[in-house]
Amino acid sequence: MLGLTRKDFTLFAIVVVLALLAPVLLNPFPVNSALGQTFNAGYPALMQRFAIFGILVVGFNILFGLTGYLSFGHAAFLGVGSYAAVWMFKLLSFNIVPAIILSVVVAGLFSVVIGFVSLRRSGIYFSILTLAFAQMSYALAYSVLTPLTNGETGLQVYPSDPQYLAAAGAPSGPHFFGLPMAQATTLRLGDWAFTFQVGYYLCAIMLIAAFYLSIRIFRSPFGMMLRAIKSNQTRMNYTGLNAKPYMLRAFIISGMYAGLAGGLLAAMDPLTGAERMFWTASGEIVVMAILGGVGTLIGPVLGSGVIKYLENIVSKINESVLHNALAFLPDGIENFFVTVIHPFVGEGWHLTLGLLFMVIVIFLPGGLVEGGQRLAGLFGRRSTATTAADRDAARQSPAE
Amino acid sequence: MTRSHFSRRGVLKTGAIAGAGLMLPTYLRAQESGFTNAPTGDTVTFGFNVPQTGPYAEEGLDELRAQELAVQHINGEGDGGMLSTFSSKVLDGTGLLGKKVTFVSGDTQTKADVARATAQSMIQKDGCIMITGGSSSSEAIAVQGLCQEAGVIFMAGLTHSNDTTGKDRKRNGFRHFFNAYQSAVALTPVLEKVYGTDRRAYHLTADYTWGWTQQESMAASTEAVGWETVQNVLTPVGAGDFSSYIAPVLNSGADILVLNHYGGDMVNSLTQAVQFGLKGKQVNGKDFQIVVPLYSELMAKGAGSNIEGVYGSMNWNWQLQDAATLAFVKSFGEKYGFPPSNAAHTCYVQTMLYADAVTRAGSFNPCAVVEALEDFEFDGMGNGATLYRASDHQCFKDVLVMQGIASASGNANMVGYDTLSIVETTPRAQVEYADDHPMFAGGTLGECAVGA
Repeated sequence: MLGLTRKDFTLFAIVVVLALLAPVLLNPFPVNSALGQTFNAGYPALMQRFAIFGILVVGFNILFGLTGYLSFGHAAFLGVGSYAAVWMFKLLSFNIVPAIILSVVVAGLFSVVIGFVSLRRSGIYFSILTLAFAQMSYALAYSVLTPLTNGETGLQVYPSDPQYLAAAGAPSGPHFFGLPMAQATTLRLGDWAFTFQVGYYLCAIMLIAAFYLSIRIFRSPFGMMLRAIKSNQTRMNYTGLNAKPYMLRAFIISGMYAGLAGGLLAAMDPLTGAERMFWTASGEIVVMAILGGVGTLIGPVLGSGVIKYLENIVSKINESVLHNALAFLPDGIENFFVTVIHPFVGEGWHLTLGLLFMVIVIFLPGGLVEGGQRLAGLFGRRSTATTAADRDAARQSPAE
Repeated sequence: MTRSHFSRRGVLKTGAIAGAGLMLPTYLRAQESGFTNAPTGDTVTFGFNVPQTGPYAEEGLDELRAQELAVQHINGEGDGGMLSTFSSKVLDGTGLLGKKVTFVSGDTQTKADVARATAQSMIQKDGCIMITGGSSSSEAIAVQGLCQEAGVIFMAGLTHSNDTTGKDRKRNGFRHFFNAYQSAVALTPVLEKVYGTDRRAYHLTADYTWGWTQQESMAASTEAVGWETVQNVLTPVGAGDFSSYIAPVLNSGADILVLNHYGGDMVNSLTQAVQFGLKGKQVNGKDFQIVVPLYSELMAKGAGSNIEGVYGSMNWNWQLQDAATLAFVKSFGEKYGFPPSNAAHTCYVQTMLYADAVTRAGSFNPCAVVEALEDFEFDGMGNGATLYRASDHQCFKDVLVMQGIASASGNANMVGYDTLSIVETTPRAQVEYADDHPMFAGGTLGECAVGA
């Protein structure tokens, strides 16, 4: 179906269903309940981030997962894409189509340059080169190119901007041919409320398309070539194949994915700043990929989801929320639990993330996907376990 | 590889049904009350969006303390603080329009991007009717724009850039804090009196909206009294080490160093300037001097004895002796054990002013609140008679000129609080300006937005 094997199609269908039903699935608790106020994640701004960072990491995975080349500067492409999109808003109109197209194109061109230079080296040197380029881009955006990027203040759209193509009466925010991104309908079912927003669905459709493309790349001869690079580049060279063009193509595709993500970020919220290109942002992408499962199809989507959830939901659990949640316990015990849990939530969410990351890297090197496979192997039929193991083996030695 | 079990007809059918399912909510949509996050239950939620990590975290945490205190006072807990001195008497300590005030807080990490994300979550998830906060002007400007789009009120906290109520002014955004222009205008007469009119100034400026406007304002007002601006060097925010920027000052022929820095940056640059021996130097036959246009207690604390003799300006200081200040300092001090900073004060006042405006308007509707706040004259909030000007949503009130001194009490915990002394209270009339002043021009408030 759609050029996919049955197994891949199932995976694709799962992603489609998750993406389309996210507003319902992420709001499992009634709106006004304590649980709902703390753990519901189905509000548009966060769901957009789930989808956008999903796209970003899916693209990153095409490079890192297939070729094994660890780019430590991927946030630069995201930032460049965002700047391109905001400039389109400033110059043309709030229509997102030219903005997103230009952001992908600019990020693509940018990755040709960076890829061409960085791919002269492999391994750690490649990582350091990409990191250096990203930090240079950050510094340029932050201070040198201030007229273009508005420095630390960030680039945004002002009413005084020309917007040469803006039609009279067009929405005063990003829109898709007149359909505003911010438009939303809320469905109330008893105590539950689900918000369906145009902007989120645009991101979701983009995620689905990006995911589909990534499956096709993974299963294509091109994907096989990339895996061959990962498994033994020297052997490839001896057989007379030049690996460079393949890697450069993978790098550019992955950069364009990041550009798309950057353009979408700007389309959801027409403002951007240099901090999107900071090296911690690049590091976050790597962590997302590893957390979810490098080289797997669905891993990147899971990894980015978990991190964005921790960042936005767990970081907001403060002391009073904890006290409310544990109010049923006797006072002394309640205070004890609050003291124990408090360092790991709220501002301490990084600590939780760090621990989670350590656990995953030590016990589940294949990321959350491997965790899922092991669970399936534990509880499912024996055959599931063998297929999971087979797939694992196949993933680790694709060219042998 | 390719196997298909789906007929075209099947796909079309499924697609049509799925499409219809997605359209359905449009018809089931409940009629909302006409503006974003209209409170429905017996509570109303404020969003306190401040940096709790990053270079301006100290200020952010102090803002949060004051905001919590304000919520307590509005709900009738504690001693009521400035409620007793506030010239408007509609707040009676029973919450807001019969609803109890609750709040959520978010960590903006001193980044505009993150601040937008946390503010969005406050609006979309927590149902906040009003957002306050910001410790950095770029953060405040970003969130103010978001609130305008979403149709909630933004009560700016610590933001000192001219742009917040200048070219980035918004109908739904209000600023109680003073701005870079007012700092410069208040500070210059004092500098002129102490250092004379024949001075050569070298500016080190934080490279973002606040730094730019602060430098522009200082240069303009000091040049008007005869000073010469030798050079302006932009420094990245959070640079940490400023020695490479300070070394050239020694040979530039300047005899005044203006540090347009804030927070941790100012602490570092001032400390390093003192270490380079700038303070004791003689240039052009005059003593070399340092000026810090915007002071805060928390910065003074970090810089310790380096601030002795250095002039700067503040929005408010806990050492003022009016009844409102005394009441606020007492109430804050009893809860937290130390005096409030001027960042804390402005956030407390902003929360109170919002609550008061809602009560006077009799509605949470942002447009009604905007109307109640515009051209609102009040007193008893620690700054004397104050006006919220309608044309740019900037508050006009007295500005304090401060000087760093040796600690009076010698108490280490009071460093920063008693190492600043009030030199002069510049009256409000002197810091007023036209709303189309060149430094503030280019912005339009637009229409009030209710979202939904």
